[in-house]
Amino acid sequence: MCGIVGLLVKKPALRSQLGELMVPMLIGMTERGPDSAGLAVFTDSLAESSRKISVYSGLTADGADFNWQALGHGIKTHLGVEASVEAKGNHAVITIKGAAEPVKHWIKEQHPKLHLLSTGRSIDLYKDIGTPAEVAERYDFKNLKGSHLVGHTRMATESAVTPDRAHPFTAGEDFCLVHNGSLSNPNGIRRMLEPRGITFETDNDTEAACRFLEWRLREGDELEVALQKGFEELDGFYTFLMGTPDRLALIRDPFACKPAVVAETDDYVAIASEFRSLAHLPGINNAYVFEPAPEEMYVWKA
Amino acid sequence: MESLTFDLAQQSLRDLNHYLHNEAKTASVKKVVVTNPDGAHNIAVGLDCPVEVEVIGHAGYYAGGMNKTATVTINGSAGTGVAENIMSGKVHVKGFASNGAGASAHGGLLVIDGDAGLRCGISLKGGDIVVGGSVGSFSAFMAQAGRMVICGDAGDALGDSLYEAVLYVKGSIKSLGADAQIEPLIDADIKVLTELLTAAGPAFAAHDPKSFKRVASARSLYHWNADANQEY
Repeated sequence: MCGIVGLLVKKPALRSQLGELMVPMLIGMTERGPDSAGLAVFTDSLAESSRKISVYSGLTADGADFNWQALGHGIKTHLGVEASVEAKGNHAVITIKGAAEPVKHWIKEQHPKLHLLSTGRSIDLYKDIGTPAEVAERYDFKNLKGSHLVGHTRMATESAVTPDRAHPFTAGEDFCLVHNGSLSNPNGIRRMLEPRGITFETDNDTEAACRFLEWRLREGDELEVALQKGFEELDGFYTFLMGTPDRLALIRDPFACKPAVVAETDDYVAIASEFRSLAHLPGINNAYVFEPAPEEMYVWKA
Repeated sequence: MESLTFDLAQQSLRDLNHYLHNEAKTASVKKVVVTNPDGAHNIAVGLDCPVEVEVIGHAGYYAGGMNKTATVTINGSAGTGVAENIMSGKVHVKGFASNGAGASAHGGLLVIDGDAGLRCGISLKGGDIVVGGSVGSFSAFMAQAGRMVICGDAGDALGDSLYEAVLYVKGSIKSLGADAQIEPLIDADIKVLTELLTAAGPAFAAHDPKSFKRVASARSLYHWNADANQEY
């Protein structure tokens, strides 16, 4: 069991309240996922030439005392890349002017235990072990701002309870996916992707789905085409919620084994595994509430 | 006292269910109103007295499950397993219902005004289900006894491995499950449909009983056929 939450605000004025609206949603899914939690938030996009990288230091010896400023300094002196660091405990967002790959490569070389959570112009990603309330507090989720977000509360079944196996998973740039369910062919997907140069960081089944869909998008598929290929290739039980800089997408397996419910108003689209997580949203009593159908694509534009 | 309100924003679900399991049996309260259900699971499960419960809002999993003689109305949607394994009484969902609605119901009536999700009436054992909208795939799978009236459409594999339950569908059937077949509607079916549509409430009166199709078991899977060579 796991919990999924997603929120997209339709009015720019509401972007400053995104985190505040979402925290009760995430905490509402504690019973479905008490061991880890995480979310990806999509913010205003950086300039074409800039990238931001979300980094987690909880697996290093220094943990939350990791010297983030030294890391930023190192990027500047060793790579000659302008870098700014916004850190909070074991998490930092490093914004760079230039391509992400050389910087990521250098970070991994210098600090193999730093976990790179996400890369892109829009995405910030946070995930860690702990109850949803603890994780939300740890990273001050209530103050997050942005147009949409994808969140998850985890009750591990397919791999160990560790921060890197928490959701959301990311692949490539500005793409993330959360999953409620379990896949039956993740190893087959891995064997198909690895010869194409796609590397995996964990043994988690969700990572296979995430890398498969991102690979299709990178190959030029429109989101809907990639999702259709997902229906064809990914076997198992799933409700997937995915985020790109301008879209939120939801699909459920043909047997609808894992739940999902959607509430839509003029102000927002909110998605959760159960209505419990939507009950406290403003205007919910007049929202259009529905259960997404199995094997259908639901795509909302930010 | 005619009516009693439980506000689940203030009171616990356990308080509500404890009242319904105990005091409700002897109290003079005829109706219990539940406000702010907020998708809580297990609202009004296991009732065993003819009390009336009205839930104002959306219910979570298993609402009205295992019901005996009570009437539970949900003025909103219901999550997975609403009215699961009811024995008698009535559960009425005014919105939509999620998967497994009325699963293994032994008796009583489940009315869903909107759509029902997948596996509605799975393993039905004698209860009646009336759905105003459509039902999802694998509905009435292995249904043994009871009746299902579907005013909208049915998804894939309707009535797969059906026993003696009878299904009535007004709209289209995406596909029938193994051993389920469409049969001619006879007078007894019209009588059943009239009775169930009337019991479901005034909103169902507009449906003409003659416009339904009857789906029942071909009974070809009842006995093991050693010569079938696993080909069905």
